[in-house]
Amino acid sequence: MIRAERLTKQFGAFAAISDVSFAVERGEVVGFLGPNGAGKSTTMRILCGVFPPTSGHAVIAGYDVVTESLQARRVVGYFPERVSLYLDMTVREYLRYVADMKGLHARNQRTDIDRALSSCGVQHMAHRLIGTLSKGYRQRLGIAQAVLGQPRVLILDEPTAGLDPEQVAEMRRLIRNLRGESTVIISTHILPEVEATCDRVIILNQGRVLAVDTPHNLNYRLRHTSQIYLEVLAPAPAVVARLRDIPGILSVELSPAAPEGVTALTVATEKDRDLRAELAACIAAAQWGLQELRPVALSLEAIFLSLVTDREPTASASDHEVFRRLSA
Amino acid sequence: MKCFVVCRRELRSYFGSYIAYVLLAVFLLLSGYFFYSDLIFFVLFGGYILPTGLWQYVFLDMRLCLLLVLPLLTMRLFAEERKLGTIELLWTYPVRDAEIVLGKFLACWIFFLLILLATVVNPVIFYRFYHFDIGPLLAAYLGVFLLGTAFIACGLFVSSLTENQVVSAMATYGILVFFWFLTWNEEAANERLLHVMLRLSLFDHFYNFTRGVIDTRDVVFFALFVAFFLFLTLQSLGVRKWRGVQ
Repeated sequence: MIRAERLTKQFGAFAAISDVSFAVERGEVVGFLGPNGAGKSTTMRILCGVFPPTSGHAVIAGYDVVTESLQARRVVGYFPERVSLYLDMTVREYLRYVADMKGLHARNQRTDIDRALSSCGVQHMAHRLIGTLSKGYRQRLGIAQAVLGQPRVLILDEPTAGLDPEQVAEMRRLIRNLRGESTVIISTHILPEVEATCDRVIILNQGRVLAVDTPHNLNYRLRHTSQIYLEVLAPAPAVVARLRDIPGILSVELSPAAPEGVTALTVATEKDRDLRAELAACIAAAQWGLQELRPVALSLEAIFLSLVTDREPTASASDHEVFRRLSA
Repeated sequence: MKCFVVCRRELRSYFGSYIAYVLLAVFLLLSGYFFYSDLIFFVLFGGYILPTGLWQYVFLDMRLCLLLVLPLLTMRLFAEERKLGTIELLWTYPVRDAEIVLGKFLACWIFFLLILLATVVNPVIFYRFYHFDIGPLLAAYLGVFLLGTAFIACGLFVSSLTENQVVSAMATYGILVFFWFLTWNEEAANERLLHVMLRLSLFDHFYNFTRGVIDTRDVVFFALFVAFFLFLTLQSLGVRKWRGVQ
């Protein structure tokens, strides 16, 4: 549905993005992840036709975003990072204007607008002036104008930035509801967000693609150990000594914040070896109380940090190689 | 035609705020007062020829009012959208740049026609007391219409260059007044240069109309002036394509 090939955008001598390539399939929800200034917004703006790339090209639904810009723009709904609306219009007036600009059929306009209003939870604000709306509602209206007319591609630049936690949860629900209907690209620098909403992640840093994969695979591939968290009702030294003897255990680490009488620890096991059953059996054999046992998912935060700072051996190879490996 | 959508939104913006009403009121107040004083002058000092005695002064004064008001009307067209950031979304809708330019131009133009229409009340009242030949009056209106259109095109272009509305208005004043003063002091200019300058002077092309004369060269001049600035506006919007700044 979306294909970008070696996109480069140069602002004077500064390259905002260089050689960015990726593909997004129909119906996928893909997350652009990266720190501020990684080139997420630049890439999105190129896809939406705000400006063309310096070199490379991008195709949306079969239309080149530069040479067939009008057709491509007809397919895309865009939510800009800095959402700016006409403050002197009412919500409904504004959406009517957007519907006209998008060239939606006059016949279905009412239902289109009503659908966009209700899917973004702004229907009860329809007659308010945009200037009097709170930040959260403006943000939602921004999403509403993007989804208006059910475009086949949605490009949302940091849709949850600046919202309160409840609104963030609601926004994520909204994005999840779009899955299947539209192909969605969202950008964020918050990791749980991609874990919560995306099928795949494209990690960008300093204008380059660092990695492309599912949040799950990315997590899996970049670890060389698995970690398991345990809470055992027994004295710490005895537990540690006992667990160390289990084959396949690489290290045992005590967690400092544990209540009286409870030993909380994280054990690292060799990758691809699930030792949960062995651990449970071992503790049961010692007749200790087992209060909790769960695998620790390495947070994307940690993965991201390792990719960006090249600390992990997997990421110490050149960016391009990592990209190839992960997208293979 | 998406330009009508753009146009409607602009008009909505003018009439949804004080801008339209204040500009309209000030313009009508000034041009009404000019009309009144010019008429008194004409009657007191015994003019006989209406076109050169009255209309010329009325419309030269109206030109001043337009010069004052129209840049204030055009200054926000693109500057405000840039400042607010609304222009970014505008670029992503399936609309051609030309449609955006035309829509904004059209909105200003409609507002300007409304202003002109409102001033017709002065000669209409006058006509009830004195039946004059309306031909020269129509010629003068054509002139002021063309002049105002040229102001709008120029203001639209300047507005597309900046995100600051004050800069936009001031630069428009600069350009327009410069075109006016181009031939202010004919003695100060080189003779050959003066020949060219007279051809370019916005206001020299306007004088004939005020005296009831329609010269096609003047009409063509204004048409070219408008087309030139609309073309420049389009180019200035296209700049983002290679500079890449919103």
